[in-house]
Amino acid sequence: MQERVPLTEREVNRDLLRPVFTTPLWWWAAVGVLSVAVAAGLGSALYLAINGFGVTGYNRPVMWAFLLVNFVFWVGISHAGIMLSAILRLTQAEWRRPATRAAEVLTIFSLLTAAQMPLWHVGRVWRIYWVFPYDFGRGIWPNVRSPLIWDPSAIFTYLTSTILFVYIAMLPDIAVIRDRATGWRQGFYGVLAMGWRGTPRQWHLQAVSGILLSAIILPIFVSVHSIVSWDFGVAVAVEGWHATVFAPYFVIGAVWSGVAGVITLMALMRWLFKAEKYIRAEHFDGLGKLLSVVGIGWWFFTLMEIIFSLYSKEAAEVSFRTLQMFTWPYNMLFILFFLTGFVFPVTLFLSRTVRHNIAAMFWISIFVNIGMWLERYMIIVPGLMRKQGLTFTWGSYSPGATETILVGSTFAMVALGLLIFSKFFPLIPLSDAKEGEVLRHEIQVGKVKVPAIIREA
Amino acid sequence: MADTSILGLFSNVDTAVVGADKLKEAGFEDFEVLTGSPYPEGAFGEKPVKHKLFVFPLIGAVCGFTVGMLLTAGTQMAYPMVTGGKPILSLPPMAIITYEGTMLGAVLFTIIGVIFESRLPRPRLGLYDRRITEGFIGLMVTSSEQRIGRAEQALKDAKATEIKSSARAGA
Repeated sequence: MQERVPLTEREVNRDLLRPVFTTPLWWWAAVGVLSVAVAAGLGSALYLAINGFGVTGYNRPVMWAFLLVNFVFWVGISHAGIMLSAILRLTQAEWRRPATRAAEVLTIFSLLTAAQMPLWHVGRVWRIYWVFPYDFGRGIWPNVRSPLIWDPSAIFTYLTSTILFVYIAMLPDIAVIRDRATGWRQGFYGVLAMGWRGTPRQWHLQAVSGILLSAIILPIFVSVHSIVSWDFGVAVAVEGWHATVFAPYFVIGAVWSGVAGVITLMALMRWLFKAEKYIRAEHFDGLGKLLSVVGIGWWFFTLMEIIFSLYSKEAAEVSFRTLQMFTWPYNMLFILFFLTGFVFPVTLFLSRTVRHNIAAMFWISIFVNIGMWLERYMIIVPGLMRKQGLTFTWGSYSPGATETILVGSTFAMVALGLLIFSKFFPLIPLSDAKEGEVLRHEIQVGKVKVPAIIREA
Repeated sequence: MADTSILGLFSNVDTAVVGADKLKEAGFEDFEVLTGSPYPEGAFGEKPVKHKLFVFPLIGAVCGFTVGMLLTAGTQMAYPMVTGGKPILSLPPMAIITYEGTMLGAVLFTIIGVIFESRLPRPRLGLYDRRITEGFIGLMVTSSEQRIGRAEQALKDAKATEIKSSARAGA
């Protein structure tokens, strides 16, 4: 905590609400560019919906490719967001303060983005409502035995819980905006703040609910990515997918990529919103340490997955791994995945100098997610491509322009969502920052004064 | 006769604590503290907070479990198609969806509980000052017009920066 600068409540309000009350030129430019990218993605999606999957690079038997790779990727990003927030809240980690809101909001936008991928993937998007139990007239109900029904129920639970969690945690901050806003915004934030006044009772309930909701959402987080992994794991016919290790493997992979996503976001927030006083090198140091452990853990599962599948020397498994690791172009992608997803980040995260270098942390976090996107690609596409007994046609997959634009636009969509959110609500929680100031203390040790944090038992 | 409220504003914690002590000395135990930051419990000598928030997620979980179970069992029974000679009710997927329902119920009821126990929503803010979210600390007392003068005097003795009254504000 050596880098902390003492701040008053007024300074915290001024600094953290600046993006809400002022709109710099770069914000408009970024929103404009991202909107164009999102519009391009929407155009691609509509083109796909109107013309069917013939316009993509999808080819039998590779009928799950870019869109579902991207689905798993964004679900993964969403998971570590709330996981990070929940674990740091539960453990009362002091360095959580600037990270929690960004992590939670990243969860919301990446989940919304992830959820639209199956929407386009089903082809007949206008029939997506079939996943809901609605048909009282005809008596036809969703097949609850299908993992494709488990997914929506899990994602709906997770998304609803996260939105409500973020809203409740944001109440004190909304009240601060209400007290500073004028015109229609005062009314808008007044309604959202629900009459928050900051009584000890309200603050106490905030603290308790933060811990209670974290404790409830953590098991949801584990369940959601486990269920996503079972989309693959319960598929008996695909050797590369049918593995019992998939649930924990996917969960820890989600933590790895999601926390890296939080680092990317925090670095951008520090630079764009000039939040140097709040997002400091020590926060990146903490996240880097956490990630070095998570990265090694994730790689352990990756190795387990490969070793156990090869140990039995079953022809189908050997054939799949040969395709995945030694056949062009997947061998090149596998090496890229191995280097960007594991070797570079984990090695670099072990260095304190790197962990304190925010630009380096930013780029490494991007590398992690390039690696993790490739990991999902390497599971899904070669997994389906392998020649199987009853398959009468064997195509390969090379991405077409339609789904490439659509997938590319999802990155713009998440960024746009975060930018627009930052215009209405602070991405760094004011109440958490203020609590950190209230509990800040200095203790004399010998001839030096050392910053310390006092905390309630 | 209607009660009157007064709100004393203090610029820092130390003077607010003096104000709280003076109010107690004057016989006002049920004053409200309004702050823009979460202070440790009891910092102003206020009474400990009692709540029943922990009951809410339990009720929600039971409701969610019931809905999840009824939904999964009901829809399978409503369209009883035997596949592969297996039982109509397939427990593993029922457990998954019921689990999600249980957790969703727990979260929804926790949120309801937080709002209810926080005494929200409050349609009118009442006696309040925007400076509270800027670092000022408010001590609010509601009492009869005969007694409120003593509370006001206590806040003045504690050197409150400003004292606002609901009567003066016309609230």
